[in-house]
Amino acid sequence: MIKMPHPWIPNSVPSVKNEMLRELGVTDVSELFSDVPKELILREPPKVGLGKPLTEYEVRRFFEGIISKNKVLQNPPPFIGGGVCYHYVPAAVKAVITRSEFYTAYTPYQAEIAQGLLQAIFEYQSLMAELYGVDVVNASMYNGSTAAAEAVRMAVRVKRNRRKVLVSKTVHPEIREVIKTWSFGSGLEVVEVEYDRKTGRTDINDLQAKLDDEVAAAFIQYVNFFGVLETDLKDVVELTHKYGALAVVYSNPIVLGVLKSPGELGADIIVGDAQPLGLGLNYGGPSAGILGTKFDRELLRQLPGRLIGATATEDYRELGFTMILQTREQHIRRERATSNITTNSNLEALAAAVYLSLLGAEGIKKIGEAILGRTNYALKKLSNINNLRVPVFDGSIHFMEFPMKVEGRDVEDVHKELISRHIHIGPLLRRFRDYAELRDCSLVCFTEAHTRSDIDLLVSALEEVLR
Amino acid sequence: MVFRQAKWDEPIIFELSRYRKQGLIVDDEFKEYSEDALKEIPNDYLRTQDDLNMPSLSEVEIIRHFTRLSQMAYGIDVGPVPLGSCTMKYNPKICEELASDRRVTDIHPYQDEETVQGLLEVIYLLQKWLAELTGADICTIQPPAGASGEFVGALMIKKYHMDRGEEQRTEMIIPDSAHGSNPASAVMAGFKVVRVPATPEGDTDINAIKAVVSDKTAGIMLTNPSTLGLFESKILEIADIIHNAGGLLYYDGANLNAILGLVRPCDMGFDVVHLNLHKTFAAPHGGGGPGAGAICAKGELKNYIPVPLVDYDGRRYYLKYDIPRSIGRITWFYGNIVPAVKSFIYLASLGPLVREVAEISVLNTNYFMKKVTKLPGIDLIYGRDRWRKHEVVLSFEKLHKETGVTAEDVAKALLDRGFHAPTIYFPLIVPEAHMVELTESETKENIDSLVNAYAEIVELAYKDPEKLKGSPRNTSISRLNNIVANALKTVTPSFKFISKVRSIIKTDKT
Repeated sequence: MIKMPHPWIPNSVPSVKNEMLRELGVTDVSELFSDVPKELILREPPKVGLGKPLTEYEVRRFFEGIISKNKVLQNPPPFIGGGVCYHYVPAAVKAVITRSEFYTAYTPYQAEIAQGLLQAIFEYQSLMAELYGVDVVNASMYNGSTAAAEAVRMAVRVKRNRRKVLVSKTVHPEIREVIKTWSFGSGLEVVEVEYDRKTGRTDINDLQAKLDDEVAAAFIQYVNFFGVLETDLKDVVELTHKYGALAVVYSNPIVLGVLKSPGELGADIIVGDAQPLGLGLNYGGPSAGILGTKFDRELLRQLPGRLIGATATEDYRELGFTMILQTREQHIRRERATSNITTNSNLEALAAAVYLSLLGAEGIKKIGEAILGRTNYALKKLSNINNLRVPVFDGSIHFMEFPMKVEGRDVEDVHKELISRHIHIGPLLRRFRDYAELRDCSLVCFTEAHTRSDIDLLVSALEEVLR
Repeated sequence: MVFRQAKWDEPIIFELSRYRKQGLIVDDEFKEYSEDALKEIPNDYLRTQDDLNMPSLSEVEIIRHFTRLSQMAYGIDVGPVPLGSCTMKYNPKICEELASDRRVTDIHPYQDEETVQGLLEVIYLLQKWLAELTGADICTIQPPAGASGEFVGALMIKKYHMDRGEEQRTEMIIPDSAHGSNPASAVMAGFKVVRVPATPEGDTDINAIKAVVSDKTAGIMLTNPSTLGLFESKILEIADIIHNAGGLLYYDGANLNAILGLVRPCDMGFDVVHLNLHKTFAAPHGGGGPGAGAICAKGELKNYIPVPLVDYDGRRYYLKYDIPRSIGRITWFYGNIVPAVKSFIYLASLGPLVREVAEISVLNTNYFMKKVTKLPGIDLIYGRDRWRKHEVVLSFEKLHKETGVTAEDVAKALLDRGFHAPTIYFPLIVPEAHMVELTESETKENIDSLVNAYAEIVELAYKDPEKLKGSPRNTSISRLNNIVANALKTVTPSFKFISKVRSIIKTDKT
């Protein structure tokens, strides 16, 4: 067993420890715990780790032994969609977020010593506001799903007496589940809006039927969970506003160089997830949630989360950055706060800012087109395969993702056979309880990181498997 | 200590260059296919290039920009960050390196379970170790941060009472000294907050608890040690009072570092516990996040944890969705995995030495307290003759009365001496507060120099208080105007409003 001192606990050196104890006039550290009821103090050290401290080379070996059981899909990268997809992470992004001045910093409560961090997040907010066509984006939420839940709660606060929220069934099923979990305690009613089985788009008639003066907000995903462009969004927004409700629109940022921004289309609150912007897959987390709105007094007052703003120094000689409008937040407002959020996804927001800076206005459009081109190519190729129905939805535009339906065989078997060839599609839509009609379908996703030969490999593998 | 922070007159990224450049090459191999697809998209939904104001920079400009910004930031790798209740301990580099492995970062959340057995095993073991450290039956790392863990705990308590037909239990008891996120989380879960004060000794007032419990009591949210750094020695009595009233106990794990491996929250009577992996378990704070939370439960409440749970059937690791009483999903996917891997490496490295973490962090706090309270103008207010645990709250009320120097002035003067300031003006029940937490990471030498910095500042306060009002001078910028920052006329939450602030900056000509 390793003897004290441990390198991460410098004052465990006996001579140092003893000197400090002497200063306190005690002989043993246990005396500092004399106010803890004796029966509560563990007699034995806890059973964590391997029962003994490890050297750095031992811990490396130990970890390698476990993590080597994971399979990284490289050739080709996974074609899995469903909220997050495989995207390339530029080296420059990694270089910035591994600066330890950034990653070992705390929340910038002391603005004067944290100007660089504050400016970077101000830039993130500004870049994201441009992309989504709104005025204000907060400093980040945990991820897209919790940003969605917070947006719904924000809408309900703005529309004080309205307790109902409409959510389209074309919204990611896990996002809908999160909205429900976050709402049940405070008694909000979440009502789902059907989708058109033929087109894969939100059923605007069902939406209209469910809108009334109890509804605080309608929540729609643009491009939706099926990868379908909601081409009725303008009408949805108009209709929602007609009933005095707010339009909350969830979008993937990577498509917004090509598509008109949700802000410009009339969204009152925008949400999204920054994963495609250089954050990596991370087995689903961490990511960063995007949440923004217009410069409107009431909307701003109810905005959850941290916000960085520009200001002047006290002598008005210089421009600087600081946290603003903090009276919305839990550390000031306590039970009347707009949210409990404290820690957010600062470093991931920074990564997204670096990524968007690298792309610039032209790059963000080009990457959208690169993805759209691959989607279209794959769609055409896959539509020629026997026993595979592509596209599943008629007359709709697909962006990055689409479902494909396997006929005559179980989709799960096809999926397994592909895995044995190191090709991974998914998620199978039977994974989600409420798409019974799509139980033979799997999503596929195509991004800038997929080459022509990657896609051709998927196509030929499916041809063989389904022959 | 001599400290001069870097000061770059670094433009906002939108203003960095006048020419159009490229920072990342994107191919146009599929141009014919994208052109076809673009024709299908109705004009109403196509973006026009000129409505997008984004910088167009080369890679080198971007790297220099953000590197310069990083030089105007301050993290634990630069110096001590003694923020109370934030547990800013050192983030070991081996944890960072191993968690950046492609077999962690390049894994899709919908990959087949068979292809992610390694990562599931890591999560499973971490959950098991956390259960051992809290005395819980079950732990999950679903909550993406501490506050979301609090919210999960509150929702579990809510659903537990609802399932028992006790919907009248709408009150959550919370001490005045609690973190602001406690009452905020309770309200999000639909509870009404009932506040209880602290006694002059710094304990939660038991008589006040007795006076407010009823059949409306859903539970109590407590930290132990408290935000005053004091161990709630009557915790077992409090647990009995709440349990006898039909309520449940929620443990806020923000302050666990002081008792890690020594005392277990569930042994104290807590039913549900949240932990911050980015505090106690050494995952970095990222300048504000991402963190990672854990939620642990004992007894009946274990049936209420969010889905899915990483479990093991004796043969393989899998995601368990079949938890009938679960509150549901708190986030998509499975939580913040990368920080969790860092905590796994941290615990695997230390093993039973976690106990030393607690003991040394408590020793550091008391050593600091003993030395710093010898200085004039500094007082403790609550529990003056008690040992502290992970942190100590100093009050500069006396100094303020005698010199006009505030806790904020002292904090800014610490920045000038190369230290990050502690948490200030919290907890609210201590006037002119500095809440100091040193963790096990700080050396005796550093603690001594922090005390010296305080000594220098206090001496200056009595001699030349005006000088302190001008602090900080050695940081990249001087004190900022909070009125300009927040007034509707000048508030500037994004670049498009920058002229609002710019117009009031004095140039040499004006």
